[in-house]
Amino acid sequence: MNTGGKRKSGIRRRQARAAWFFLAPSLAGVVVFTAVPFADVIRRSFLDAMGRTGVGLANYAAVCGNTAFRLAASNTVRFLAVCLPLLMFTSFALALLVFRRDGRGNLYKTTLVLPMVIPVAAMVLVWKIVFCQDGLLNEFLNWTAGMAGRAGTTGGGEAAGGAVQVTKLWSSDWVNSGAAFPILIVTYIWKNAGYDLMLWLAGLASISESLYDAARVDGAGAWERLRYITLPGLSGTFGLVLILSVVNSFRVYREAYLLAGSYPDMSIYMIPHLFSHWFLTLDVQNMCTGSMLLVTAALAAAAAAALARVVFRRLGKSG
Amino acid sequence: MRDSGKTISIAEKRKPLPRAVRARLRHIVCAAVCLLVWLPVILMLAAAFMPEDELLYRYAEPLGAERETVRAALLPSYPSVKPFLELLFRSPGFYVMFWNSCIQVIPALTGQFLVGAPAAWAFARFPFRGKKPLFFLYVLLMVLPFQVTQVSNYLVLDRLHFLNTHLALILPAVWATFPVFIMTKSFETIPNVLLEAAYLDGAGELRAFLHVGLASGYPGIVTALLLGFIDNWNALEQPVAFLKEMSLWPLSLYLPNIAQEKAAVAFAAGIVMMMPPVLLYLNGQSELEQGIAASGVKE
Repeated sequence: MNTGGKRKSGIRRRQARAAWFFLAPSLAGVVVFTAVPFADVIRRSFLDAMGRTGVGLANYAAVCGNTAFRLAASNTVRFLAVCLPLLMFTSFALALLVFRRDGRGNLYKTTLVLPMVIPVAAMVLVWKIVFCQDGLLNEFLNWTAGMAGRAGTTGGGEAAGGAVQVTKLWSSDWVNSGAAFPILIVTYIWKNAGYDLMLWLAGLASISESLYDAARVDGAGAWERLRYITLPGLSGTFGLVLILSVVNSFRVYREAYLLAGSYPDMSIYMIPHLFSHWFLTLDVQNMCTGSMLLVTAALAAAAAAALARVVFRRLGKSG
Repeated sequence: MRDSGKTISIAEKRKPLPRAVRARLRHIVCAAVCLLVWLPVILMLAAAFMPEDELLYRYAEPLGAERETVRAALLPSYPSVKPFLELLFRSPGFYVMFWNSCIQVIPALTGQFLVGAPAAWAFARFPFRGKKPLFFLYVLLMVLPFQVTQVSNYLVLDRLHFLNTHLALILPAVWATFPVFIMTKSFETIPNVLLEAAYLDGAGELRAFLHVGLASGYPGIVTALLLGFIDNWNALEQPVAFLKEMSLWPLSLYLPNIAQEKAAVAFAAGIVMMMPPVLLYLNGQSELEQGIAASGVKE
């Protein structure tokens, strides 16, 4: 007994030593490049602009009162609130559509993942073709309006149709208007649905087929199978899809920047834009404070998620 | 009795659409959705093979010339490989930026593998004190947007005098924590039996890692590197922040400006830029799916 315990602790110690050996190179870099400078960031967020005297929470008050920060923060929250559910639902629906149990070469799947791989920088021109002032979207809208106009005025159709074509009802520059927000959302979903799709498909494949067979025998319809087998079976996948969608949502800055430059329409001015402006003016103090606020928000979200999980488990157990 | 009654009612209930019709409907919907991906790509490809005058006739406005109605086409009227020849042989700027991208991405990925794979092995395989909080730190760093660590990175790079060099992009990328996360999840799926067999054969921890870990965990490694390649190939925030000198810019930053300099090659340049990630994806698709599937196991 005793010797067994000793041997076990010996193995433990050996394993721990091996672990640190494997971990060291990575940890050293993380410490040098992120952890130590981040400690500096925390320190600076409580100091004045020169980095000498402590000012308490004054920096935080200043950043929170900053109109640009408020705009950026509320836009980011709005973007996340619209995008995340939309993306998760779209990719889930696509996964149900594309999923095959044999899982062999599936052209649809390959296609839907492709946008994730295609560089936005390369696709920007196509977006411009669609959304610019004389682009495809406006042409299409004008064409529809023209058709409607012609149908409406059957008497002097020729003249009215011609007039409509000349005046061009639609010539908005979509990306630089209030429509930038929906365009960005569409772009984000176009780009990221593939990744989530792969996660959902993996989750679907991990649900045993015999469950579905059993449910079928018991007379469960398609909806009931979805509700009582598929959705509960994907609860683990859900968390990861959510986390990675949030991660990717901050990368939408790339799309926003490439489409609309660094001074975009107000509706898509988000936290990354603000940070890059602070960075250009080397406003280190605001950046440090802003970083702290974002980290706090991330930690709060993580805590809320953990709490929600505990609550769900309790409910599940009692129910 | 009751059972048989039930099966009959099921047979009646689930008649609605014949299987063949449903399958065809599914295909139609799938194809329609896929068109949303294919159409932009085909537009792009077609434009890449257009000679300059056709490009200016069709896409004057998107290319930044005068305002004129877009005349999109899924096939060029006068197909030509001239844009590609022009791009490859007479666009030194493009050439330089392409190599900049390679110089920045390849060492970053090599580093991610050399540093990240052992770390992932440690997280996946060994119990040690402080593992949970450390892994949480890694996940947190992976979730935080670049803008949060931007200042930290900037301060370090400034102190080390790496700003405005390729290293300013390479070093922070090497210690990105997302690859570690993906590889950890993949290593966790390696069955213990394999490792025990290796230990019984007298393998030490290092041998076990090299022979069992790397061999059985390679879908995770491929996935991490593939996603890392895509991310770094498209890097935008990092070069904007850390590279002032234009001659160091990667392709991702240069490409949006190319239309103003040389409209004729803009689309061809886009195609060349998307080739490496697309080809890598098509080659590593099954590993990518396995690796991503592993990352979804138990949260």
